[in-house]
Amino acid sequence: MLFSEKTRTLDSILNADPVDSLFSDLLPTANNNLARHNFEVAPVKEATSFVKKWNNSCHENLKIKFNHGTTTLGFIYQGGVIVAVDSRATAGSYIASQTVKKVIEINPYLLGTMAGGAADCSFWERQLALQCRLHELRNKDRISVAAASKVLANMVYSYKGMGLSMGTMLAGWDKRGPGLYYVDNDGTRLKGKLFSVGSGSTYAYGVLDAEYDNELHDEAARELGRRAIYHAAHRDAMSGGFVSVYHVKEDGWEFVSRTDVAELHSIYKTDQFLPVS
Amino acid sequence: MDCLIGIKFNDFAIVAADMTNAHSIIVMKTDENKLYKLSNKLAMAISGEQGDTIQFAEYIAKNVQLYKMRNNYELSPKEASHFTRRILADNLRTRTPYHVNLLLAGYDNQDGPQLYYMDYLASVASVDYAAHGYGGYFSLSIMDRHYLPTMTREQGYDLLKKCVKEVHKRLIVNLPNFKVQVVDKDGVHDMPTITIDSLKNE
Repeated sequence: MLFSEKTRTLDSILNADPVDSLFSDLLPTANNNLARHNFEVAPVKEATSFVKKWNNSCHENLKIKFNHGTTTLGFIYQGGVIVAVDSRATAGSYIASQTVKKVIEINPYLLGTMAGGAADCSFWERQLALQCRLHELRNKDRISVAAASKVLANMVYSYKGMGLSMGTMLAGWDKRGPGLYYVDNDGTRLKGKLFSVGSGSTYAYGVLDAEYDNELHDEAARELGRRAIYHAAHRDAMSGGFVSVYHVKEDGWEFVSRTDVAELHSIYKTDQFLPVS
Repeated sequence: MDCLIGIKFNDFAIVAADMTNAHSIIVMKTDENKLYKLSNKLAMAISGEQGDTIQFAEYIAKNVQLYKMRNNYELSPKEASHFTRRILADNLRTRTPYHVNLLLAGYDNQDGPQLYYMDYLASVASVDYAAHGYGGYFSLSIMDRHYLPTMTREQGYDLLKKCVKEVHKRLIVNLPNFKVQVVDKDGVHDMPTITIDSLKNE
């Protein structure tokens, strides 16, 4: 038995509805064992409408505030994958933290990034880490980035419309080489060479698209990721703190740097007016 | 914002789908595949809500394959369209409807080429040509003007290019690339992707 009789799980509430049990046949098979999450939820009739009630605008002062606002980026180039993120967490206009770890180390070959709800990202990516480890034990082989991202996408898709909030990138290296996928809470899963996610993503794209080149050498690529996040942190009020850079290579990921945005500002402002070579 | 176009001729049917994936104001990628091969002589073009599109298309594709394995014969395009419509309709009034619009292009060994237009409300129509999305506002009249059921594969592809050219010219949304497939008696075939460059080089 996965959960005690007395513990009301979100799952048991959802399955109580005949409409949903009708639909559960249609869920992707991956979900049939994944959807059994042991959630403690409020002792109310319907958990989803309960959350919605406390999140609508007429209860502004009582509203449960979720952490939002971020800039994250990832790109594939000749030398692997670069992942760079900021570290600010905001709740409304309040800066809740300047030292958030937005890169989630799933295993030595897989990284996940965090944008949207911090709780949702860390919970679901930890859940993903569990599934990846189980895959490894069952198949005596590491999970591919494609498969891992699909596991995550299927998990969040089964909760579609219930208020999950996450925009994440999965970066890693498998038999097919470097891999980068974008997965978000409406079940989108995209393979790509370059993504940026979060409120500051437009600013990061601006810098990234202009200077990205597949043939970049390692130090230039890391610097490009760092710079793109810096410029996003500079323009986007909801991004800031520290810029963390990771590099995924054939033998796994490597932590590169963690630099204060203020420090980067004093470095970068000096060559701001230098002619572009 | 997606754009799907499909045309049926005497010997084949042709479908095209844009390759753009956008989130709010941001273009995430311009090389996405929105065409799915359901069986040997059946292709589906799909658009709609993010997440739903892929989940729905893969569900239909796998079940059409499963039917073939269980019964040793394939669903005809007409039967596949009824199956697809049924799944859409069964989920329409649940808490999790599939918000997808699609075109089904297939070849029936008895009845020849088939084209079905289907929307998220699970309505289906068998048509000569159809379009989903804003692109339809520009391309339908072009097809009304130039369509002939006797067109060859090259002429059909050219008609499609006329539609895409107009979308490029008049639609404010940026849809640079269109993936094209033809379904005929020999199966589903890829045609060259229509891009801004490929149209310029003519």
